[in-house]
Amino acid sequence: MTILSEQHAKTLLTKVLKFSKADECECNLDGQVGGNIRYARNTVSTAGEQSDLTLSVQSTFGLRTGVATINEFDDASIQKVVQRSEELAKLAPENPERMPVFGPQKYSKPTGFFDSTANVTPEDRAQAAENSIKPSKANKLVSSGFLQEGTSFTAIMNNKGLFAYDKSTNVDFTVTIRTEDGKGSGWATSDYSDVSLLDTKKTSDAAIKKALGSVDAKEMEPGKYTVILEPAASVQLLSNMFGSMGQRPADEGRSFLSKKQTKDSEGNLVGATNKLGEKLFDERVHIYSDPMHPEVPTPPFSGDGYSVSKTDWVKDGKIINMPNSAYWAKKTGVEYKPTAYAGSGIFGGAAQFIMAGGDESLEEMIKNTRRGVLVTRLWYIRALDPQTLLYTGLTRDGTFYIENGKIKYPIKNFRFNESPIVMLNNIEALGKSVRINGSMVPPMKIRDFTFSSLSDAV
Amino acid sequence: MQRRDFIKLTGVGVGGLVLPMSGMAVSAEQLLDKPMDVVFKKKLADIALNAAKAKGATYADVRIGRYLNQFITTQEKRVDNIVNTESAGIGVRVIANGTWGFASTSNMTPDSVAKAAEQAVAVAVANSKFQTVPVQLAPVKGVGDVTWNTPITKNAFEVPIKDKVDLLLSVNDAAMTNGANYITSVLFLVNEQKYFASTDGSYIDQDVHRLWAPFFATAIGESGFKQRTGLGNPVGMGFEYLDGKEEDKIRISGANVGYKNSYDILEDAAEAGKQLKVKLKAKSVEPGKYDLVLDPAHLMLTIHESVGHPLELDRVLGYEANFAGTSFATLDKWKSGKFNYGSKIVNLVADKTQPYSLGNVGFDDEGVKTKEWDLVKDGTLVNYQATRDQVHMIDQKESHGCCYAQSWRDVQFQRMPNVSLKPNKEDISAEDVIKDVENGIYIAGRGSFSIDQQRYNFQFGGQLFYEIKNGKITEQIEDVAYQSNTQEFWNSCTQMAGKSDYRIGGSFFDGKGQPSQVSAVSHGCPTTRFNNINVINTARNV
Repeated sequence: MTILSEQHAKTLLTKVLKFSKADECECNLDGQVGGNIRYARNTVSTAGEQSDLTLSVQSTFGLRTGVATINEFDDASIQKVVQRSEELAKLAPENPERMPVFGPQKYSKPTGFFDSTANVTPEDRAQAAENSIKPSKANKLVSSGFLQEGTSFTAIMNNKGLFAYDKSTNVDFTVTIRTEDGKGSGWATSDYSDVSLLDTKKTSDAAIKKALGSVDAKEMEPGKYTVILEPAASVQLLSNMFGSMGQRPADEGRSFLSKKQTKDSEGNLVGATNKLGEKLFDERVHIYSDPMHPEVPTPPFSGDGYSVSKTDWVKDGKIINMPNSAYWAKKTGVEYKPTAYAGSGIFGGAAQFIMAGGDESLEEMIKNTRRGVLVTRLWYIRALDPQTLLYTGLTRDGTFYIENGKIKYPIKNFRFNESPIVMLNNIEALGKSVRINGSMVPPMKIRDFTFSSLSDAV
Repeated sequence: MQRRDFIKLTGVGVGGLVLPMSGMAVSAEQLLDKPMDVVFKKKLADIALNAAKAKGATYADVRIGRYLNQFITTQEKRVDNIVNTESAGIGVRVIANGTWGFASTSNMTPDSVAKAAEQAVAVAVANSKFQTVPVQLAPVKGVGDVTWNTPITKNAFEVPIKDKVDLLLSVNDAAMTNGANYITSVLFLVNEQKYFASTDGSYIDQDVHRLWAPFFATAIGESGFKQRTGLGNPVGMGFEYLDGKEEDKIRISGANVGYKNSYDILEDAAEAGKQLKVKLKAKSVEPGKYDLVLDPAHLMLTIHESVGHPLELDRVLGYEANFAGTSFATLDKWKSGKFNYGSKIVNLVADKTQPYSLGNVGFDDEGVKTKEWDLVKDGTLVNYQATRDQVHMIDQKESHGCCYAQSWRDVQFQRMPNVSLKPNKEDISAEDVIKDVENGIYIAGRGSFSIDQQRYNFQFGGQLFYEIKNGKITEQIEDVAYQSNTQEFWNSCTQMAGKSDYRIGGSFFDGKGQPSQVSAVSHGCPTTRFNNINVINTARNV
């Protein structure tokens, strides 16, 4: 049993704290259970299930902290892990940036758990794969895909009265469908908290359409084009930008949000250190986080148990808030603004963000475009310059030329060299936001998007 | 590489750095506990093999692993993190009904191990319903009881933590004294204690060590900020790699110091500080065509991306289509025997045996004795990288020995061996390679890298860029990236240094598969010249 109920987790963590002799003790329980299936060449290649439950204990004496972890839960093991963390704390160097743990917090009620997802069976996964493979075979196409789903929970308790608990489910499906001769390729994805929304046939049909439509792509000269970026095409660039919005690197002069300071008469650097409050993007840009968002729920607390709620990061194109640490907030005299706990398991990692969009669907956006390039997804995105957030990468699995409101023909893939800062200044239109990789992103029509060379890859 | 399985350390290098965090946090002393007894491991392995056979498996292999890691991270004058992890367990892989099945457990009791073997057979039987072609394994002769150890001289896990922390803080001081404003330095240590047994009659006990000591320095000036990462390499060595012996240094006049089989990290950090000051004021490159001279700490990554990955047979066949992609190096090109991957002087070899390399092991994770083989010979594509169940698809009878799993918990599959460019038979120096260049750029260190999903079009940056005019390095420049096509690029290779200049670089965290697994791989090469390559300027006003 690796998914504990709130009451069970509370009882267990209370027992852990009873063994503590440290000034401060904070313990975390992280559990997950899930499964996956992978297929390629129209047949299942691998399938597996995994489960894990870990207890971490963090003990602090003064400014010295030690962490120890264990996955056994008898009394002797729990006592051992607490003692071990205390021994490590006593050996550790003092951390001048050590902050006290938080006291009791008030949280909104988490909404990210669905029984449907928690009850997925190996047979369900095999059927989901079959629903993707069958239409591919019928179209004489080659399907490969990956489905993984899981339940995870996290609980935090400390000896200053804080207790936090969250349980959530997620499912993530990607599929690549190619023509037998390798001249066409299409890709599609869908991810949800509730697996009953997942339809692998529908997602695969979208990939099939792109695979068939992308055969015999024509060459277009690299250059600046009006593009329609599907949400899957822009999510990584936006996520990278959001991940670079931290206050501390900005204040230290090493971020795109650092402000160039001026020297006073004695040669000291003076003035604001970061671009908080400045308008950097088109006024339609609104980026925020919301743990209670019905489509992309997250825990209502950060990794240290601090309560988080809806927070604007960019509004009306202006930088409204910048994520920071408790230490940096205190040092600079601003409010602590963490992002929600993003987990460490198979669905953990990236912080959730929501980019508000308009009402237009992707189809309507294509209809309203005189000339442009439709991009399904971008691949192998790498930073070129952290000061300007210039990135490179390539289009992949479905790139099309649009003329007079219609997809005219498939085109060869491009390498792009572009910055999301430029992108968010060159907005022509925003469509309706959809869930992608645990965040919400609208399809975007962007003018003057820079493609620097052609690729022969299909 | 999937982010999900990793903890992200923010603020280090371009785009951050990711650390794999598999295993439980333990004390440093626990990392020195004796490995599990071989007699015990053999007993457990036999229990699993027999249980699998009893349930109908026609083949089974067992990997009993104890995986130890230590990560130490420092920033400027403070210690950020000291993490020790240990993970132990057993993975059982079987063939039943002609289909693979796999299961693993951390519970190493006879009952639990037998149950895992039975579960693996059950998975194989369940998946066999969808199987159209049965698994065909290349034969391997059992080797009985054998052992293999990474040839280290100083076990890095035995070096006191205090000495390691002191070294990293000295590195930070050296960089900051010489011009850096911020620096993160890290020490990663890996020890894989792996026991492999199979129904072929092999019982192989291996003790594998790897080490990496990167740093990420930043300097801030009036016009913005610049970054420089360390030029050391991840290696299959112990702490002796950090001895920084004079005989292992290659000094390029007017440019950087290159490191062979040991690394002077203090010298490199001091150099980084000085070079950062120059970077802040260096002129921006004029875009256009240049002859490029690429140092081994840079070229290793170009080899990795444009040769290593496209010649993985599973990619070529389509098994990675939904994630990493497929390959331009299709079977028809290989079968023709005439596909010019590169110019006549280009010889690329694969191996799992090179001393000091990350791929160096005695046997792979399916019990195949490791070896060296040609991938590109005199410019022509001659082979791929394949495992036991793949070689028959390229009409070969012997596995190449490049199967790997990142832990006991994960199933093994084809992973890139070391892929290296052979040096010039004539032992000329890096400066000999530079001296014939009229208008060129010398690039050192790995920077931004991006390549398409079939490995045609790529764009690479670097850490340090130097203008070459009339055979001489003139000055440090900035904002350089080159774009090319794999086949065109390797066919423009015109000169390379000899064996005295040959160095091994590597990648500690190469990602592949779904769910993603990491593996460590090295690439050896000498300083090499490529003519008439398209260089772009990466500076941009926003």
